[in-house]
Amino acid sequence: MPRTPITLVLNGTERSLFVESGENLLDALRRGIGDLSPKYGCAQGTCGTCSVQVDGRLQLACITLAETLSGRSITTAGGLAEGNELHPLQRSFMENFAAQCGYCTPGMLMAAKSLLDRNPHPRRQEVVEAISGNLCRCTGYEPIIDAILKAAEVMRRRTR
Amino acid sequence: MITVDTYSSLDEAASGMDSHSCFMGGGTLIMRDLNYGRQAFRRLVRCTDPQLRTIRNERGRIVIGAAATMSDVIENRDLEFLAPVAAAVGGPAIRNMATVGGNLFAPAPFGDFATALLALDARIRMSSGQETGMAALLSSRQDSRSIVTAIDIAPPPRGRFRFHKVSRVKPKGVSVLSICAVLPMNGGRLSGVRVAFNGMGSTPLRAPAAEAALEGKPLDRNGIGPALEVVLQDLQPVDDELATAWYRRTVAPVYLRRLLLERSRAW
Amino acid sequence: MSSIEFRKELFANERPEGLNEIGRPTIRQDILGHVTGRSPFYDDHLFDGLLHMRCVRSPHHHARIRSIDFSEAARLDGVIRIVEPKDVPQNLNTLLSLINFGKEDEPLLTPSKVGYRGEPVLAVIADSERQARAAVDAVRIEWEVLPHVLDVEEALAPDAPVVNEVYPGNTFEYYDKYDHQKLRFGDVEQAFATADRIVEGRYRMSPIEQAPMETCGAIAVPETNDRIACYTSTQALFFSLGTTAKLLDMSSARLHFVGGTVGGGFGGKVDSIVEPMSVLGALLTGAPVKFMWDREEEMQVGAPRGAELWDIKDGLDSRGRIVARSFTGYFDSGAYTRLSSYAVVKATGHLPGPYSIPNVASNVYCVFTNRTPATAMRGFGITGVDFAIECQMDRCARAAGLNPIEFRILNAYRDGDMKAHRRKAKNTALIECCQVVADKSRWLIGSQSRSQSSLRGGGGERAEIPATAIDEVGRIGDRRRREVPTAPFAAGDRKQLPAGTQRGEETPAAPPQNPDMLGHLQSESTAAADPLPTTQSMPRLQPPADRQVDRQPARIPTRDPKAPASGTDAGQAPTRQPPTRRPPVRRTSVSRHISGFRRR
Repeated sequence: MPRTPITLVLNGTERSLFVESGENLLDALRRGIGDLSPKYGCAQGTCGTCSVQVDGRLQLACITLAETLSGRSITTAGGLAEGNELHPLQRSFMENFAAQCGYCTPGMLMAAKSLLDRNPHPRRQEVVEAISGNLCRCTGYEPIIDAILKAAEVMRRRTR
Repeated sequence: MITVDTYSSLDEAASGMDSHSCFMGGGTLIMRDLNYGRQAFRRLVRCTDPQLRTIRNERGRIVIGAAATMSDVIENRDLEFLAPVAAAVGGPAIRNMATVGGNLFAPAPFGDFATALLALDARIRMSSGQETGMAALLSSRQDSRSIVTAIDIAPPPRGRFRFHKVSRVKPKGVSVLSICAVLPMNGGRLSGVRVAFNGMGSTPLRAPAAEAALEGKPLDRNGIGPALEVVLQDLQPVDDELATAWYRRTVAPVYLRRLLLERSRAW
Repeated sequence: MSSIEFRKELFANERPEGLNEIGRPTIRQDILGHVTGRSPFYDDHLFDGLLHMRCVRSPHHHARIRSIDFSEAARLDGVIRIVEPKDVPQNLNTLLSLINFGKEDEPLLTPSKVGYRGEPVLAVIADSERQARAAVDAVRIEWEVLPHVLDVEEALAPDAPVVNEVYPGNTFEYYDKYDHQKLRFGDVEQAFATADRIVEGRYRMSPIEQAPMETCGAIAVPETNDRIACYTSTQALFFSLGTTAKLLDMSSARLHFVGGTVGGGFGGKVDSIVEPMSVLGALLTGAPVKFMWDREEEMQVGAPRGAELWDIKDGLDSRGRIVARSFTGYFDSGAYTRLSSYAVVKATGHLPGPYSIPNVASNVYCVFTNRTPATAMRGFGITGVDFAIECQMDRCARAAGLNPIEFRILNAYRDGDMKAHRRKAKNTALIECCQVVADKSRWLIGSQSRSQSSLRGGGGERAEIPATAIDEVGRIGDRRRREVPTAPFAAGDRKQLPAGTQRGEETPAAPPQNPDMLGHLQSESTAAADPLPTTQSMPRLQPPADRQVDRQPARIPTRDPKAPASGTDAGQAPTRQPPTRRPPVRRTSVSRHISGFRRR
């Protein structure tokens, strides 16, 4: 099996690894590097639980070819907190009961972050659109939407 | 066993294609097959030429690079009329990955963007230097070894382009069917109408009988009546997980009527 | 967005003060792990040298295996082991064997005949998932395709294909006697004959896939001391452990199950398939083995909530009271039993819904078809029939010319009413719910309905058990002999059970195996105990002080394996028939090694 060495930046830290030909980014992150925050849900780009940012844009790790990512910068839910300091989205998800089984949560957080990175003043419908690629089978969508809107409020107050 | 060959120039990539190769755009569909071990190819060919991703205005016509993503289309001012179509593809993450060129090769039920390009009578530029029409490309896409480099479209007259996607899950769901229509008017009557459907056959399809029935008619309830009668002639829906052929045949004329008569969604 | 409104004025004198948890935020104890991506789901454990297991599955609904050739697959790069049915030590099981219910009817890997599309017949263990997939594709199987049946009514036809040879009549067998679960209370046929109007309805529910975000999977890892650790997505850790020990005929003391963090289950992670598979893989290879369903497998072979079909017939009197209600219900179990036999018992205990009806009868079938086996999902056995009942209630209200909410209040059960399964209703609140719904939806109801209360009007005559018509129609094998009753509640030799008969013949049950189980079992069994006379002043939430007096273990569901499994046989017609020669039944067994189930 041909293997390709790649170096990428994961959550701000440079990481080097070998990836197999045809391997997806989800496997590379989980098994190659050990960042277990993106989850396997479908391996076909429909559930969103493997959502990560590649160079600041939301992508699905399960359908991203790992060997194409040399030199790129990846952000995962595992990199949202700074030490013990949680990201406002994480805190808001906690306080607003936006997780039940927790399996969709890392992907939801990345979808939400991608929205707030570009749009600090989202309307409710924009939040709905932003997480439309992320399924939650506990169907806790309403608290998730509430949590994202409240996090946006907190982040706006901080930057003021 | 899969090998991935990445080329920095289009010419190299084109010459790297053989009968066991597949050209990868955004990878949203190819990676699915690869993950499930059912790919019919042994080599993946990629091209990183940034030219492939540009969207240019060439003397009033718009040339979309095949590697432009759905998000690129949404963010481009010249393509405002196509933004609702691009926004109907997948969720935000998929739109950051899925390319315009890739959508031309997406099997049913995917291909909503290709349906719009079919209705727009887009010209497809190939790496061989040739240019082909949408219908010709769609009918031979299985065997195509040449790489699509760009899509060349004439923007429709303002307000004369309409698109509607029917899906069971909102805001993001796979098409049960989608319809795209370009409806130019001349002296209060339709002239040069093009209507295309997705989900009503194995590829996006034009509806020539309905187009002919609309020609020269006013865009009102009476004017569109004959088109609704004949629209099914050119469509070949099948049963699948999303809907039965019967259901699609039943609702297609209803959705066409709504699309033709709606005022608010026109671009 | 959501808001909770409390109606504490209802039953206020029955509720202790200080119940304040509902509606008040409580931070989940596991949420920090969820938002940081650190909650340890089963697949979040990394092991060096992890092997990957995948199954070869049937492409047909119903087919016999003529031959299997895996020589090419075994030679492929990275393939470590092909796992065959003969590698499974005890390759026949039924999930509820752990509580002695039903016959062993399902192999882990199927050796000869498959009963549904996607049924596993072989497994491959390889270094990588990709290699395992390639090996699965390289296995050659010659199939003899058999006629299949995908519909419950067709499966009950006398000449329908036999789906599951353990149950040749295509139904689960209740009490070794009937092809369905019976409930008899009063005499529906007599009541129908004198009713003012009859309302009939048929209701159908499709299967529903739980579709958890995390697919079913497990990783088994050889540990020191000859133990196998199993990291699993199961919803039922010790159930999966017991099932694994049984199928693999090994001591449960050798199994170390790690779970509890589940990426959504909704009932779909009870069936304990991935655990024995991965543990078997680890036993055969001596290496860590992961067996994980991909999304397509989750949808195709992940057991859904089964399809249901209900026929309901109601007889109404001139005032709109329901005087009789009969049900014929069909649960589509798919090719194997899993938990559908239990769903039928559960549904029967729920009939006729929250209404006081003096004559009730039901025949409910657990039917085998060539569909994916069905299992638990969110109130299975109840939600489906409730949908049917409430649709039927609307239909009856229309037929009676009554406001549907008032019609429900008129027929609602009240505290002290006798239910069809011969238990008195208590803590009823349907009337109050109806009144609140009417207010909320601005649906006008009359002062008569407005003044009703669940606390008044129940009991008395309504607490009596009527004389009950019983029959022995629908015995195992009758359908294959073309003895199919056209009027199920009027056919055969009907007998009369005198008024006041509490239940059919008591089934003797074994006393609890272990004295330390006693306290637990007693508190569980109070739910099913005959309610003591309740007075309005008695706090509902406080159990009567003397409730544990006189509890015979007769209804404790843990039984002597040799006694017929009777489940909830309330209303079951008594066995009048003298014991005749019956074919020997292969009783389920538990593993000799399971702790707590070991026979003492």
